[in-house]
Amino acid sequence: MVSNIIKEFRIEAKDFIHAGESSIEIRRILKSMGLDADITQRVSICAYEAEMNVVMHGGNGIISMILDETGVILEVMDKGPGIDDINLALTEGFTTAGEEVQQMGFGAGMGLPNIIRNADYFKIYSETAKGAYLIMCFWLTNTIRRECSGRLFAAWNNNRHDGVG
Amino acid sequence: MKVRDIQSEFNLEIAAGSKGLDREVTDGYCGDLLSDVMANAGPGDIWLTMQSHQNILAVAVLKELAAIVLVNGHRPDEDTKARADKEGIPVLLSPGSSYPLAGRLFAAGIKKKQE
Repeated sequence: MVSNIIKEFRIEAKDFIHAGESSIEIRRILKSMGLDADITQRVSICAYEAEMNVVMHGGNGIISMILDETGVILEVMDKGPGIDDINLALTEGFTTAGEEVQQMGFGAGMGLPNIIRNADYFKIYSETAKGAYLIMCFWLTNTIRRECSGRLFAAWNNNRHDGVG
Repeated sequence: MKVRDIQSEFNLEIAAGSKGLDREVTDGYCGDLLSDVMANAGPGDIWLTMQSHQNILAVAVLKELAAIVLVNGHRPDEDTKARADKEGIPVLLSPGSSYPLAGRLFAAGIKKKQE
């Protein structure tokens, strides 16, 4: 049985130097716990895409990982400008990233679609000028397909962006 | 085939990450959009790209790629080299474009996925 692990990392806006390091640390923890390689890979992809979204668009934010006996829960919240049209943002190829960022190979409009493909459960909340909140769940057994509520949502919803961990 | 064998066979310059030269290469991927590589590359791939900034190392670590080849004469900056050395992921350099190098790698048996 996997013991519960809760980790929280800060994400700095526009910090392309350290971008990805939280995701690498999350992957390292999951590997060290001997988690299934397929889930580790899917969590890594989603953590990276969500982390890069905050770096590119989001203003500062937090990424949190919970590992327990049911699986992995990732939550990401930021205090950026928010997403004007979530359905549009979920469309493959749609991006609001600037040209300079795109030339670095980011902002191809594939981030959220990659997350949808790889997470077992995904939900996104956003309001203009409030930022965005994402929750992504990865279940250890195929039989569990449940709704999932995160511990950071209330903090995000109340404009407390410093996390609770 | 090891990264070392490919580097020597195709005469690729080693820019950084030389402690990873014994990593095993099982397949390859070409791409310059990082999300595309995150979605479609796989463990053990050798990655041909023109992106040379240090975030390519984050992608390589997360996807367990065997090595990165910067094509078209692109060279890594010092930060990229330092990150490659730290992670032990070789960054090799090719003066030519992705297409001929990928073709030669494929012909040399670097292929896992079915066509």
